[in-house]
Amino acid sequence: MEALTSLIGGFAVLGDPANIMYMFIGITLGVLIGVLPGLGGANGVAILLPLTFSMSPTSAIIMLSCIYWGALFGGAITSILFNIPGEPWSVATTFDGYPMAQQGRAGEALTAAFTSSFFGAFVAVIILTFLAPLVAGFALRFGPAELFAVQLLTFCSFVGMGKEPPFKTIASMMLGFALAAVGQDPSTGELRMTFGWYEMLRGFDFLIAVIGLFGIGEILLTMEEGLAFRGKSAKINPRIVLETWKKLPRYWATAIRGSIVGCWMGITPGGATPASFMSYGLAKRFSKNGANFGRGELEGVVAPETAAHAAGTSALLPMLTLGIPGSPTAAVLLGGLLIWGLQPGPLLFIEQPEFVWGLIASMYIGNIAGLIVVLTTVPLFAAILRIPFSIIAPVIIAICAIGAFTVNNALLDISFMMVFGVIGYAFKKLNYPLAPLVLALVLGDMAEGNFRNAMILSDGSMSIFWSNALVGGICALALLMLFWPAISAGMRLLRPGTSRRPAE
Amino acid sequence: MQHEEQGGESLVSIRKADIVVALIMAAIGGVVIMDSLRLGMGWSEYGPESGYFPFYIGLAMVVASLGTVATRLFRKRDSGGSFVERQQLVDVMKVLLPAGVFVFLIGFIGIYVSSALFIGAFMRWLGRFPWHTIVLVSVCVPLALFLLFEIWFLVPLPKGPLEDFLGY
Repeated sequence: MEALTSLIGGFAVLGDPANIMYMFIGITLGVLIGVLPGLGGANGVAILLPLTFSMSPTSAIIMLSCIYWGALFGGAITSILFNIPGEPWSVATTFDGYPMAQQGRAGEALTAAFTSSFFGAFVAVIILTFLAPLVAGFALRFGPAELFAVQLLTFCSFVGMGKEPPFKTIASMMLGFALAAVGQDPSTGELRMTFGWYEMLRGFDFLIAVIGLFGIGEILLTMEEGLAFRGKSAKINPRIVLETWKKLPRYWATAIRGSIVGCWMGITPGGATPASFMSYGLAKRFSKNGANFGRGELEGVVAPETAAHAAGTSALLPMLTLGIPGSPTAAVLLGGLLIWGLQPGPLLFIEQPEFVWGLIASMYIGNIAGLIVVLTTVPLFAAILRIPFSIIAPVIIAICAIGAFTVNNALLDISFMMVFGVIGYAFKKLNYPLAPLVLALVLGDMAEGNFRNAMILSDGSMSIFWSNALVGGICALALLMLFWPAISAGMRLLRPGTSRRPAE
Repeated sequence: MQHEEQGGESLVSIRKADIVVALIMAAIGGVVIMDSLRLGMGWSEYGPESGYFPFYIGLAMVVASLGTVATRLFRKRDSGGSFVERQQLVDVMKVLLPAGVFVFLIGFIGIYVSSALFIGAFMRWLGRFPWHTIVLVSVCVPLALFLLFEIWFLVPLPKGPLEDFLGY
């Protein structure tokens, strides 16, 4: 099968020892980043992105995706040992993971978490391998109108499927678009919203926003919890690992279900977080030990972890094939690809197959390597977290500042980062979603470009958006998503007799 | 997540904060609309004018934010509790203000020296570490960063008088 031959070709790219080294460095950095608060997946990748400019795009993306992996794994460590979810999608892991740690079964929980993550991600990568070329081939038929429709669908799904109030989702998204529009209009060259301020010519870089929103914002939020950072100790040795591995196959159904939920949610821009919750909820309902969930049930760790990692991995599928990132971290990776001059989308598979398949191959090996690295170094990372917050916090902020600076060599960006930090803090507290903001910031110019081109093709008529079944179908779905909150509220009101939950 | 309730008094309720932020967002939307009108949001021979897209973005922002305000105003009862308590605000400021000073100083004395001062100040005021630990960490970390970025990665970072003096 063609996919397999391409994959094998991809592995050849990894034969280069430099790439293998980058892989391991990436994973180690990734776990470190995932473990430290404020340096989570999207932020960490954002900070390290400019450093990779000197590498070849293939090596750089391999390292960055391994950082992504490592961060996925690392989030579980803090969730289980400290009851602090390292990433939003590790929240569900704390439900059973932390009680297990409290009962002295931290090693078991960690092993289960890492192995489940490995499994979920592995399933997702296999699906990605075979599905990606198909989707890419299909996507070749997409013209600007279709591409815009897909992007529209993405954003409308946030409104429809998100748990945040729709008004806030829209406002957050629009803020992202507005920030993306600042600077030079790519089509006409006119200056937008710069107000005569020369520095604003560059516009807002999504990397600065990500570092500020997710990094600084996270630190500010952590400060609210006070400076306490006490965690359970973890003893993980081969014996515990083997014993846990013997127990895990019992939960194969949960794992498979989790992976499928994850893959599905990851491809749609729902993301890893709802996937992990959904998987946890399903497992709780269908499991024999459902009643025990929340008190240290091993299955309660398997379910969210498989889903979260499957989702995190499959978020890369739409990114590579359509140029639509399924998660903020994928958005950052997308931004990176754009910076290197690679255009994600169907043409990427045709024009740069070595890059794409090298990346996909690295996901397999990176996954395995990640599991090994993480199982062996858990005590080390747990120890790092014991460094008092009063030392870690300023160091993290300093690293964020460095990261923000290296993007454009602009001092002003560091100040912007702080502003974004305050925004991130306020938004999180007020239940404004951050993901649509970031996605809008990354995709804003592209979406507008597609819209413009579609309009030019149709001579200014909106009818191009339902000119054929594909575009029309996607647009209809998008509109459905957009108005879903209103529709479902209406349905609730119309159904008599059902207990009326107060509308949010 | 462990939350240490310190029974602090609420400084601002979520309701008020929500309304204020939504109004700020609406104002930003207004600014976007204004600038779009300046650029023109109609159609030129080349397709949509510069202000076309931003106009609708600004409009959506204003409408959505006013929607949030309206929803909040209609729910009279103060649900949701506190946006920030006194102790929480103090804790957040403990990071935010020094960080602000840190960022400000970078432009004058370079990032390495600023980091050293920042880390040192943090360790002293919030960590109450003994002086020798403070000096050790706050010098070693920026030094490590210096070696990492200036020497290994060859990524230039803002430097100040000290580095000039040392010949970098």
